[in-house]
Amino acid sequence: MSDAAIHRKPLFGRTRRRMTARFAVAVLILIIFLFPVYWLFITSLKSAAEIFARPPVWYPAEFNLRTFAVLFKDGDVWAIYNSLIIASVSTVVAMVLGTAAAYSLARFKTGGQNLAIWIISQRMIPPIVIVFPVFLMFVWFGWIDSYVGLILLYIAFNLPYVIWMMRGYIEDIPIEVEESALTDGCSRWQALRKIVFPMARTGIFATAVFTFIFAWNEFVFAMILTRTEVLTFPVLVTHYYGAQSTFWAKIAALSVLGTLPVFFAVATLQRFLVRGISMGAVKG
Amino acid sequence: MTATTMRVGQRANLFADRNFKWLVIAPSIIVLLVVGIYPLVYTGIVSFQQITMMEEDTSWAGFMNYAALFSDGRLWESFGHTFLILAIALPIELVLGLLMAQLFLEKLPGKQVFIALLIIPTVISPIVAGSTWRLMFDNQYGPVNQIIGWFAGEPTAILWITRPEWVYPAILICEVWQWTPFMFLILLAALSNVDRSLIEAAEIDGASFWKIFFRITLPVIRPVMVIAILIRALDLFRIFDIIWAMTKGGPGSITETISIYTYIRAFKEFETSYAGAIAFLVIILLSVIVIFALKRVEIAR
Repeated sequence: MSDAAIHRKPLFGRTRRRMTARFAVAVLILIIFLFPVYWLFITSLKSAAEIFARPPVWYPAEFNLRTFAVLFKDGDVWAIYNSLIIASVSTVVAMVLGTAAAYSLARFKTGGQNLAIWIISQRMIPPIVIVFPVFLMFVWFGWIDSYVGLILLYIAFNLPYVIWMMRGYIEDIPIEVEESALTDGCSRWQALRKIVFPMARTGIFATAVFTFIFAWNEFVFAMILTRTEVLTFPVLVTHYYGAQSTFWAKIAALSVLGTLPVFFAVATLQRFLVRGISMGAVKG
Repeated sequence: MTATTMRVGQRANLFADRNFKWLVIAPSIIVLLVVGIYPLVYTGIVSFQQITMMEEDTSWAGFMNYAALFSDGRLWESFGHTFLILAIALPIELVLGLLMAQLFLEKLPGKQVFIALLIIPTVISPIVAGSTWRLMFDNQYGPVNQIIGWFAGEPTAILWITRPEWVYPAILICEVWQWTPFMFLILLAALSNVDRSLIEAAEIDGASFWKIFFRITLPVIRPVMVIAILIRALDLFRIFDIIWAMTKGGPGSITETISIYTYIRAFKEFETSYAGAIAFLVIILLSVIVIFALKRVEIAR
């Protein structure tokens, strides 16, 4: 024991040096991972001459907002607006339906383990496998290239995630609190409104943010089920890849516009990030 | 009646409302049936018919389309491409993620800021990620060739996107860049659940780093690690967006994955029935993995 105690002293200086080394490595890793993001951002701010300069320009001489102005003038930012509408509405509906279903699964064990597994397995199916029948169904209903079509599809696409996550968050609330409220004469709805929702508040918020991001970033469904009217931003980005020329400035600028909301969303999530991306496997 | 049995009896009453529990879950189940089951049934039926762009031939074709799958070289190549990407990207993401998690496990100034910034690649749209790397890899104006040129000491002009031997490294770099932070974040959370005092005791006893890792750390993080691998494996199996943004499956068909090939058959060539057969094959393959995977997740909860 005293041996270990003697060893402690010189170790301290080594820990400091190790800390500095680790910090240096951490900074290096951060630079590697963020450089592409930096490159995307500065490309959106470069002038045309700077984008097509050889050797590449590492930072623009001045922040040039002309590409963004062009996107606004040509109405291309409409795609951001479409993404916003579609992602927001589908998130709200999926949260309402999904939280109700999750409550049933968490508290009543409705359908047992198999129903829960069936629900989440719906999320594992590759979009490309189900998109063709959905495409034909939408043609039949006249939903191709419409808000309602994509919103309905995103509700269904995100519902399993919402149910799965919200079931976990509701299970985290001690059932005793709810029981005593119910025995004290609260109605089911009152117990939900006064106990379950407030206690699951942060979980509801985190799940909603993730659902929004999934809908915001989705590409395969959006590409196949839209034409010109309700293009979402990832689809419009791919339209800038021409057969003859590629509009790098527009690609970068629209990508930046489509990435900023995600930055803000993630900044609000910190504590729930791990649980959200690991589908609840890590309670964090 | 003792207090405990009374409580159990109450719980049975309070949470045994059959109408309520099915009422609140019904809307979700209906939505999932319409969007989950209907396409499967439809795809299943169509795959036994002979519908193409030219003719709406709904007559029964038996297993014709399925038999054709076996002689479709491009299909099996696309399977090969998909598994190649999966087999290379996943281990790299896992190992890099684990190393990074080890680095950030102990105290570090500004740790939370580092983590918040490192997660950025994972949360941005894969289309944006693919576009960003296509920009980075541009053979004339991209920074990647420039940086390689500095080290090589002479101007480099690697055709990353258009040369068969360079296109896979390009795609893999983008994929690894986007998803290593995902592994990192999950494994960091898992690692912080490992009892520090156990590791310190083993260190004092003179156990090697690897021995500590395999005997103490790995058993604790394994359940979470398995789930992270499964989530990534299922995502990689249906990889589409990144490759579509970078190469659209090209040059030729050299980077076509299962999802891209199915898309081309269904929506570019309108081989409805044949695409249906491919889709069904994919579903059968996936179902086995998914059920296995989900049982694991469910157990871990």
